Amino acid sequence: MLEIKDLHVNVHGKEILKGLNLKVPPGEVHAIMGPNGAGKSTTSYTLAGRAGYEVTKGEIDFFGEDVTALAPEERAARGIFLAFQYPLEIPGVSTMNFLKTAMNSQAKIRGEKELNAAEFLRAVRAAAKELNISEDMLKRPLNVGFSGGEKKRNETLQMALLKPKLAILDEMDSGLDIDALKLVAEGVNKLRSPDRSFLVITHYQRLLDYIVPDVIHILAGGKIVLSGDKSLALQLEQNGYDAVIAKAA
Amino acid sequence: MSEEAAALQELTEQKYKYGFVSDIESEFAPKGLNEDVIRFISAKKNEPEWMLDYRLSAYRRWVNMEEPSWAKLHYPKIDFQDAYYYAAPKAKEGPHTLEDVDPELLRTYEKLGIPLHEQEVLAGVEQRRVAVDAVFDSVSVVTTFKDELAKVGVIFCPISEAVHSHPELVKKYLGSVVPDTDNFYATLNAAVFSEGSFVYIPPGVRCPMELSTYFRINAAKSGQFERTLIIADAGSYVSYLEGCTAPQRDENQLHAAVVELIAMDDAEIKYSTVQNWFPGDENGKGGIYNFVTKRADCRGKNSKVSWTQVETGSAITWKYPSCILRGENSVGEFYSIAIANNYQQADTGTKMIHLGKNTSSRIISKGISAGKAQNTYRGLVSINARADGARNFTQCDSLLIGDQCGAHTVPYIQSKNPKAILEHEATTSKISDDQLFYCLSRGIPTEEAVSLIVNGFCREVLQQLPMEFAVEAQKLVGLSLEGSVG
Repeated sequence: MLEIKDLHVNVHGKEILKGLNLKVPPGEVHAIMGPNGAGKSTTSYTLAGRAGYEVTKGEIDFFGEDVTALAPEERAARGIFLAFQYPLEIPGVSTMNFLKTAMNSQAKIRGEKELNAAEFLRAVRAAAKELNISEDMLKRPLNVGFSGGEKKRNETLQMALLKPKLAILDEMDSGLDIDALKLVAEGVNKLRSPDRSFLVITHYQRLLDYIVPDVIHILAGGKIVLSGDKSLALQLEQNGYDAVIAKAA
Repeated sequence: MSEEAAALQELTEQKYKYGFVSDIESEFAPKGLNEDVIRFISAKKNEPEWMLDYRLSAYRRWVNMEEPSWAKLHYPKIDFQDAYYYAAPKAKEGPHTLEDVDPELLRTYEKLGIPLHEQEVLAGVEQRRVAVDAVFDSVSVVTTFKDELAKVGVIFCPISEAVHSHPELVKKYLGSVVPDTDNFYATLNAAVFSEGSFVYIPPGVRCPMELSTYFRINAAKSGQFERTLIIADAGSYVSYLEGCTAPQRDENQLHAAVVELIAMDDAEIKYSTVQNWFPGDENGKGGIYNFVTKRADCRGKNSKVSWTQVETGSAITWKYPSCILRGENSVGEFYSIAIANNYQQADTGTKMIHLGKNTSSRIISKGISAGKAQNTYRGLVSINARADGARNFTQCDSLLIGDQCGAHTVPYIQSKNPKAILEHEATTSKISDDQLFYCLSRGIPTEEAVSLIVNGFCREVLQQLPMEFAVEAQKLVGLSLEGSVG
């Protein structure tokens, strides 16, 4: 369902991705690991369609459609979701209001009926309950004063409600202690399903102990240099990026 | 400029939706300003001698006054002789009922979304009723629910009518809060004011519905000089709202209003404004010059006045709704959202003058600047030596959209009482590309994202508006910024 073909991306005039190829079939969890500066964040922002990430060559196909030129909100409506490494704060806008606006905007883009207040409330409450998120957190301004763990759980909640077909988790573990990480991973695992794929982007292996991937790709110098099963993560942990990448080259 | 920024800019350069002109035959005073014009206005209103004297004395004073220049506003010198000081739709004589009103006028208000039929309510919200005084250029077209309000003793009518029907009240209170010597624009207003609303709430009465006045400037080259006087007698309560719109014209038009509020013992007045005068086009052409003096006198013990304003229009805004906290334990509040986009300039704020013991005031100001606009908060908190136990809390937040606009905060604090407690907080922030992208990535298009973020920023103030208008104001906040982020 996601197929990235020979993707070249410039940021501020500098080429960061240099021929990325990647295929993620439905229902699978793929991890992208790589050293600092390999192009991990660039990959997630480019998939989400962020301005300033200029595709100079190649394409991104999503369910057979080339989405390379689509605006971020169009991609979101087609089912691409990015869980942020550092979720943004929006003062004065409750999580509830933000969620409602997002769900209705996506429905509008897809030409579907918007949820009424009661339907929306029912959906949010059910999802929040499933993820152990308190009513209080839903009423607080979005991410304002949230702990690292709360922010990531809020991302998971958004994912649960927006029901993406592809969820990109950008450094989901950064800023989390081990207990918070477990809680977030548990939430993510609940959302795994045969018609939803995940792209887990991470620097460290530890996240993959909790969100177990089907395939691991190693990104270095702007392209995938090695792919394998989850044992690859352990090799990295033992030998370090340099050794594994050198061997692959 | 990033693509997001470009999209935002496009978004804030949106068209003004109330810019249409109604084709109505009008009658004008001769162009310019002199004693004859004042006599003309007074004669048109069939005013008693004392009213004409009041006007003439103000005019003679005004001739020797100079325009204030301390505000952070830049505009070409205004030629006060190049405007009409009275413009009115030609209509039948006599008391106005809806049947008498020119259908074209009715259509105008329909287009503006203002209900003039008593059975109607504002935009789909609950069955709460709102009484409306509709002022078109220099005259009131119709005032609704007058009879029903009269049953509980509430007087709600055009001020020109009050001069005849309640001269004792008008004589007693007019100019008692904003004297005709107050400032250049207030003095001008005292000389030429033509219409506005008069409200009197008798002791112990809680006004049974929202009162509102809609001001519409229609005629070209004309100024509007409204005069509003609201008296809340002991133990009474009233919530009042004013709204304003004007056609889109290339020349600048002058609006110089005076609003006086008087709250007696235990009385409360809640005064809300949604100011949406034509702001000028995206190149800064046209728009209303809005020079307004609004002041409340909390004359009685435990009295309370709350000003809430949503300022989105006008090319120039010069406006400082103030409270004189005279009565013991009296409370003054000022909640403000001022949005300046394109080439708009706003210099607005409040004055809280603490005279009585245990008086308290609260100022929450939210300034939003976009495009090439300049937005200044200017405020004064003054504590008199005898105002023991006085307290003030001030919060001024500015939000910048783009990098070509400006936000300025000029708070003056004068305390002559060492025991007064004063707090002041101020912040300046920007809508970041990160915040915007976060919204976009959730499927929220730029336009709605900006509106969402700005409404969040303004939340504390929007909450103060009567429910009927909060929804309207929220939309307006979004609309005013369409095309703004850069």
